[in-house]
Amino acid sequence: MAEKILMKGNEAIAYGAIDCGCDGYFGYPITPQSEVMETLMKVQPWETTGMVVLQAESETSSINMVYGGACCGKKVMTSSSSPGVSLMCEGISYIAGAELPCVVVNVMRGGPGLGTIQPSQGDYFQTIKGGGHGDYKCIVLAPASAQDMYDFVDLAFELAFKYRNPAMILGDGVIGQMMEKVELREPKPRRTDAEIRALCDSWATIGCEGRHGNTITSLSLDPVTQENFNLHLQKKYDTIQENEVRYATYRTEDAEHLIVAFGCMSRIGEAVVDLAREQGIKLGLFRPITLFPFPKKEIDALVPQLKSIISLELNAGQMVEDIRLIVNGRIPVNFYGRQGGMIPDPEEILEAFLKTIK
Amino acid sequence: MDINEIIKPENLVYKKTPILKDNILHYCPGCSHGVVHKIIAEVIEEMNIQEKTIGVSPVGCSVFAYNYLDIDWQQAAHGRAPALATAIKRLMPEKYVFTYQGDGDLASIGTAEIMHACNRGENIVVIFINNAIYGMTGGQMAPTTLLGQVTATTPYGRKAELNGYPLKITELIAQLEGTCYVTRQSVQNPASVRKAKKAIRKAFENSQMHKGTSFVEIVGTCNSGWKIPPVQANKWMEENMFPFYPLGDMKDR
Repeated sequence: MAEKILMKGNEAIAYGAIDCGCDGYFGYPITPQSEVMETLMKVQPWETTGMVVLQAESETSSINMVYGGACCGKKVMTSSSSPGVSLMCEGISYIAGAELPCVVVNVMRGGPGLGTIQPSQGDYFQTIKGGGHGDYKCIVLAPASAQDMYDFVDLAFELAFKYRNPAMILGDGVIGQMMEKVELREPKPRRTDAEIRALCDSWATIGCEGRHGNTITSLSLDPVTQENFNLHLQKKYDTIQENEVRYATYRTEDAEHLIVAFGCMSRIGEAVVDLAREQGIKLGLFRPITLFPFPKKEIDALVPQLKSIISLELNAGQMVEDIRLIVNGRIPVNFYGRQGGMIPDPEEILEAFLKTIK
Repeated sequence: MDINEIIKPENLVYKKTPILKDNILHYCPGCSHGVVHKIIAEVIEEMNIQEKTIGVSPVGCSVFAYNYLDIDWQQAAHGRAPALATAIKRLMPEKYVFTYQGDGDLASIGTAEIMHACNRGENIVVIFINNAIYGMTGGQMAPTTLLGQVTATTPYGRKAELNGYPLKITELIAQLEGTCYVTRQSVQNPASVRKAKKAIRKAFENSQMHKGTSFVEIVGTCNSGWKIPPVQANKWMEENMFPFYPLGDMKDR
């Protein structure tokens, strides 16, 4: 039987990194995710797998260390929380523009500004709509448990390398700090130099053995070249949208009303569904696991059976805009959210939901 | 004598290193970048480390360094080259890793990255070109611009009360425990080119001995930015830059 250990979501990120054969972690302390680097420094994976772990001087530096490592075809990652990720956005744009694989974890806290160290989902727009400059997209996974935090590191690397694109794990302070049982996998070994050369020699900067030098850059002064590159990126994003949607549902088969919620809010949403069902209201829950690609077709397919949708978010209403684009006025799309680190309980949400369907 | 009788292998006195590509340089005539590129390429050839060297180019005129040296290159965001180089070297310790950065990149927007990479003693080489001006964007003030020097953003000359003082960043770098070799060189004549090349070779050799960071500043010219012809620019550099930025080794251990 696989080993199950009680740990925080943040610790699960650290173990998930080591066990998926990650080559390097570069980070900077910030609440509520500092346990990621603390765990790595305590476990010292460089003694076992050879994984590099380094505390950088800033988030700006840690994301650029990730950029440097990603250029070498290595599995490299960083983690931070909202204000730190804002600093990283320049680097994420460069990594997307250079078409490199990497994993960035955001354990979201409340903003704007220094905000609060309490949980939030206020970075949906930043993560999904850009964050950095230019037309780019990150593959975004939204974990809802410590187990997801552990599993999604491996999945994020798999997707990042499949599409040579940055992948983000968009967690929040609840998921990062909450302790749950996590089932550990058989660790994957790190890729050997020969495996990296076989996989990445056409583009990676690993030394030009038997070939001319590779250059990794996101610069193009010729507008025709740059536009063609942008079109190529958009085509890649279309392919990701087509093939990589992940989601989960709860009691949607006969649902007449639907909660859409990701991350910790999907956990609370399940309790709301049960409460509503006790009152005879056919409520279901749809949890996007990938926020990009967003489950557009899958939500669209549910609309004909529904009378309303309510988006539950720890923000002022961000994902709800994307749901409204899908629904396009066919049924009401409502919103309920709390901000500033406040987390609603199921009864509070049920009351808010009942008001919307009166 | 027929020219074909002269062009024979036994008569060869100089040959461009094949590591220097045949692409036409985008640098202005008289600019120091071309010479520094060439001596780096020669050092890489002489050390036979072409297949083991990874360069990190900056933002600024030398962003296109990757067009001229046939090695693996990464192009960094403005000022961040030392962060990239840190990761490359730590993930592939057997490789030779260097950054190539101008004064705006290294001494202004990238001060945090260069200070901390040097302080950690990353086993990398830093080539720092100081021509006291922003070349790529059209000749604005750099952190190393001299007091009184006219630039596009100091049209009446750099004034300390308005713009602060020119930054002797190499002197600061030399104070950091993590650095093993810190030197300031120039490339305006054959003797200085030979010295600079020797310094760069030493820096590359150091990087495989786990002694820490090697930092080579090259004081150079920017004719277009300074708006002075090449020969006069060399003279201006010797008379104005060298007194404030004296050449020589600051640290060698």
